[in-house]
Amino acid sequence: MKFTLNWLKEYLNTDKELDEILHWLTMVGLEVENVEDRAKLLKEFVVGHVLEAKQHPDADRLQVLQVDNGREILEVVCGAPNARTGIKGVFAGNGSYIPGIDVTLKTTKIRGVMSNGMMLSEREIGFSDDHESIIEVAEDAEVGSPAAEALGMTDSVIDIAITPNRGDCLGIFGVARDLAAAGVGTLKPLVVPAVKGSIKSPVTVSLDFDDDHKDACPMFVGRYFKGVNNGESPQWLKDKLLAIGLRPISALVDITNYSTIAFNRPLHVFDADKIKGNIHVRMANDGEKMLALDGKEYELDGEMTVIADDQDAEALAGVMGGERTGVSEPTINVMLEAAYFNPVRTAMTGRKLNLQSDARFRFERGVDPAFLIDGTEIASQLILDLCGGEASEIIIAGSEPDWRRNYFLRDTRVEQLGGVEVTPERIRKILESLGFEVTKADGGWNIITPSWRYDVAGEADLVEEVLRINGFDEIPIVPLERETVLPHGAINMIQDRRSRVRRTLATRGMTEAVTFSFLPADQADLFGGVPESIHLVNPISTDLAIMRPSILPNLIAAAGRNADRGISDVALFEVGPQYTGENPEDEAIVTAGLRVGSAMPRSWAGGARDVDVFDVKADVLVALEQIGGSVVNAQVQQGGPSWYHPGRSGTVQLGPKSVLAHFGEIHPTISKTMDVDGPIVGFEIYLDNAPLPKAGKGTARSKLDLHELQAVERDFAFIVEDKVSAENLVRAASSADKKLISNVAVFDVFTGGNLDTHQMSVGLTVTLQPTEATLTDAEIEAVSDKIVANVVKHTGGNLRG
Amino acid sequence: MNNLDALKSELAGMVEAAADVQALEQVRVSALGKKGHITVLMKDLGQMEPNERKAAGQQLNVLKQEIADLIDARKFELENAGLDVRLAEEKIDITLPTRPESHGTIHPISQTIDELISIFGEMGFVVAEGPDIEEDWYNFTALNIPIDHPARQEHDTFYVNAEKAGERMVLRTHTSPVQIRTMQTQELPIRIIVPGRTYRCDHDATHSPMFHQIEGLVIDEVTHMGHLKGCLIEMCRAFFGVDELPVRFRPSYFPFTEPSAEVDIGCSFEGGTLKIGNFDDWLEILGSGMVNPNVLENCGIDSAKYQGFAFGMGIERMAMLKYGIPDLRTFYDTDMRWLKHYGFQPLDIPSLVGRAGL
Repeated sequence: MKFTLNWLKEYLNTDKELDEILHWLTMVGLEVENVEDRAKLLKEFVVGHVLEAKQHPDADRLQVLQVDNGREILEVVCGAPNARTGIKGVFAGNGSYIPGIDVTLKTTKIRGVMSNGMMLSEREIGFSDDHESIIEVAEDAEVGSPAAEALGMTDSVIDIAITPNRGDCLGIFGVARDLAAAGVGTLKPLVVPAVKGSIKSPVTVSLDFDDDHKDACPMFVGRYFKGVNNGESPQWLKDKLLAIGLRPISALVDITNYSTIAFNRPLHVFDADKIKGNIHVRMANDGEKMLALDGKEYELDGEMTVIADDQDAEALAGVMGGERTGVSEPTINVMLEAAYFNPVRTAMTGRKLNLQSDARFRFERGVDPAFLIDGTEIASQLILDLCGGEASEIIIAGSEPDWRRNYFLRDTRVEQLGGVEVTPERIRKILESLGFEVTKADGGWNIITPSWRYDVAGEADLVEEVLRINGFDEIPIVPLERETVLPHGAINMIQDRRSRVRRTLATRGMTEAVTFSFLPADQADLFGGVPESIHLVNPISTDLAIMRPSILPNLIAAAGRNADRGISDVALFEVGPQYTGENPEDEAIVTAGLRVGSAMPRSWAGGARDVDVFDVKADVLVALEQIGGSVVNAQVQQGGPSWYHPGRSGTVQLGPKSVLAHFGEIHPTISKTMDVDGPIVGFEIYLDNAPLPKAGKGTARSKLDLHELQAVERDFAFIVEDKVSAENLVRAASSADKKLISNVAVFDVFTGGNLDTHQMSVGLTVTLQPTEATLTDAEIEAVSDKIVANVVKHTGGNLRG
Repeated sequence: MNNLDALKSELAGMVEAAADVQALEQVRVSALGKKGHITVLMKDLGQMEPNERKAAGQQLNVLKQEIADLIDARKFELENAGLDVRLAEEKIDITLPTRPESHGTIHPISQTIDELISIFGEMGFVVAEGPDIEEDWYNFTALNIPIDHPARQEHDTFYVNAEKAGERMVLRTHTSPVQIRTMQTQELPIRIIVPGRTYRCDHDATHSPMFHQIEGLVIDEVTHMGHLKGCLIEMCRAFFGVDELPVRFRPSYFPFTEPSAEVDIGCSFEGGTLKIGNFDDWLEILGSGMVNPNVLENCGIDSAKYQGFAFGMGIERMAMLKYGIPDLRTFYDTDMRWLKHYGFQPLDIPSLVGRAGL
């Protein structure tokens, strides 16, 4: 909220400097967002007098002005339609900096005419968006005098952020009250005039609610004025509004704005002559339509409150007035309204209609329900002073809602919760200066909240009031001590696995990415899709519309973007969530990786090698090694989900229901659809599926058995059908003598040559590790025979001759 | 005797004259081989008188040893000469680049989370987690943000089609629902931090539809606002590595805490660059407060007996401030150039005990 220092001082007696006031604003919770010293901002600009305005010889829409800046007369080219002989405006000379357009002026030739400065628009001084017309200042402004003075902008403008609970500080008076409580000054008593009614209002007001909707508007205060003159506001009022960025409109409208800013008391003025019959505050009828002051027609429903006349709705209560009964310059008879509208209902109405307004902002945060009559009186006096006319007696419909709430504040509570000792006298003084009624009781105080502090709803809120006014700086700094001498580990086993896998993959040359949890629908479908239930209702865009069923499409898309930038070889991974439904157990933290292009770029040491399925198989197996335990027994099966190449993908599993990972070449249809050039290989590791080690197993390793006897290696080559897997061959060879055979390695795979079409030759090296005595030739021969027999039996192959 | 002297000088000459290892081998064979000069003379000893044999034998043995030593010396000489030549020939250009290797990096978000875990872990916090797709009740109502609360508007909530308990489910707008889930299920006292993904329906230069937060919660019978200050001041100083970093607590409002405080750290914006430290300006970095009694009661915790504090901050914001990363949106772009530049070495594992600071 914006206000000026001088306006604040109308309610606050203080001799404190601006800086100290700013400090306390922030420290009581009214955070200072900006301070604008306008006199400083405008110091280079002066009042300029347009002595003559003539058509530019070479441009239809430009004029050539002769401007007196108080020192000399300069020629200025100007495009504003309102530039004309005799007016006074804001002149900027060459070399001055124009804040609104971030330009430093210099002499320029415009269509053949030299321009030696500029007459400024509101946008150019950073005051509004208006750049059509130039600013005009009062005719009696002294030529060459500082523009800030002529514009009434010598004051400091302070902008504070108001948290949603502090509706009371949406009025400057409320801000002054908080500052006074904090000791920045004293609050000046508010003088409320008692305006005498001299006429009878021809319009009556009734609250027409059924029992269920009585809370929508418990009280409505009105006053009829006859014979007003709704002209321009006097300069002091215009200056006040201008300084905080509000455009003066007419005296009546300016008065309502003044009341809103000064006291957070929104008002509305109806043109009484346009009211048909009397005023009825009621719920709207379903489907009822109303043209609001923003020029839009809204369709209402039965839960929205309206102010209507005998004919139809003329204002959306607490949100926006209607076009039909709005005031304008010829208005002579008016009805002033100050009402209390239910905050929740106001918020709902605004939300349903998607209609934001200053009034709604205030009513939904709660205005002071005990300030309706005072607010009416203050505004009434202003109307009579500025617009003349005669006032009626105040009309009151309904009654003040009961706002008094009682809370007990234990005398120990401030210290218990706040950790700071505050004397009972101080606690009492703080609360009283904020308007609370405080009565001493056994063990604490009975507190009654003031009418403007609807946000205080319990003991903790009272503690906060005391602490913030006493100063958060007064709270001592106390170390948060651990319950144990040494920390006991911040992360659990599952979280630790993710962390280790993340860093392991990075050591393997993969770069960690973090991508959005959502993706486009077509990409979700390529990766198995997700149920309708986790499609976003209100996505930012169709590209971010569906919760992702897999991380891979995001990585593939990222690879595509990098390729577009000329980086086609990437190795990326992400550790993050993927979703199969809306329940917590449908969300899994998955580690997905992608390798695209060359695994090894061309260099002096050799040619390039493309990534292939064995790169990602290695990624998966090394990552799983980080987990250890039973995972080392996992088996690799041929094949994977549909987004992988069916013949070049694999699944790592402990059993059919315990899948640990998929890996493989990305299906060519997907790389084609997503327009990313291959080769692309990827993997997905479901770390959370890996079983946790049994508790209480201890840390000791199993006993290490080292054999002194020399191991023997024997090579075999088998011819098998090409559908036989290497894993089968190895397993068949190993199981020939589990005690003696310590390792079986595949050293060669060969097809073609003089082999049949569907045959391949696989070379195995078998390591025999004797444990008791060196093997004799006969023993080696016997084991070899067993190996051959076992392989033949299990694979249908033959030893190569 | 003279014969032996002559033989010695003849053989020594031949050894000396051998130009390479092969020639030297021939000399060795002609001197010491089966039919070599010295071997033949040794065989002849058998025909001598015993008294002559002894003296002659000794002389021959001396000669044999001398010649063998000469050959060994020469052999060593010849071999070394060959090695030097070979080594000179084997020279390679070691300024050639190494074989290509790729180097991976850790994303700044992960690194920052790990840093914060290492700090809070030292203070006895443990990491808790919860789902991204959340029930309205956990995300709002239980946190004292009822359906009609103005604060709901400020959350720019994403909704999904699924409903739970008659309300549309949301993408959690903060990590705070994990507070509720933890308080409902875990025994007291509680001391948790919650890093994770959060979502708001907003996308511009300073807002991303997805971002990360880290939440903290302490619930016991004694923790008060002084502890909140102590905890967060320590965290800020450790995280930014500035011992005397000024930290300011100012009153604010969050529905789920009462009293509430926003936390600012000292900084300077001079010359358009941000510096963290003891300067004249302030920069807001996190929100905090004492847990609102309504929140405790919503989780079935007796607010007359238990109290504590909660806090939350944006991970990306912390990373941007600490590492001078200018643009929020770049975190999720997966631009390899950015990831290499702002990423971290895989073994750069944050630890407060590993070295001074993080």
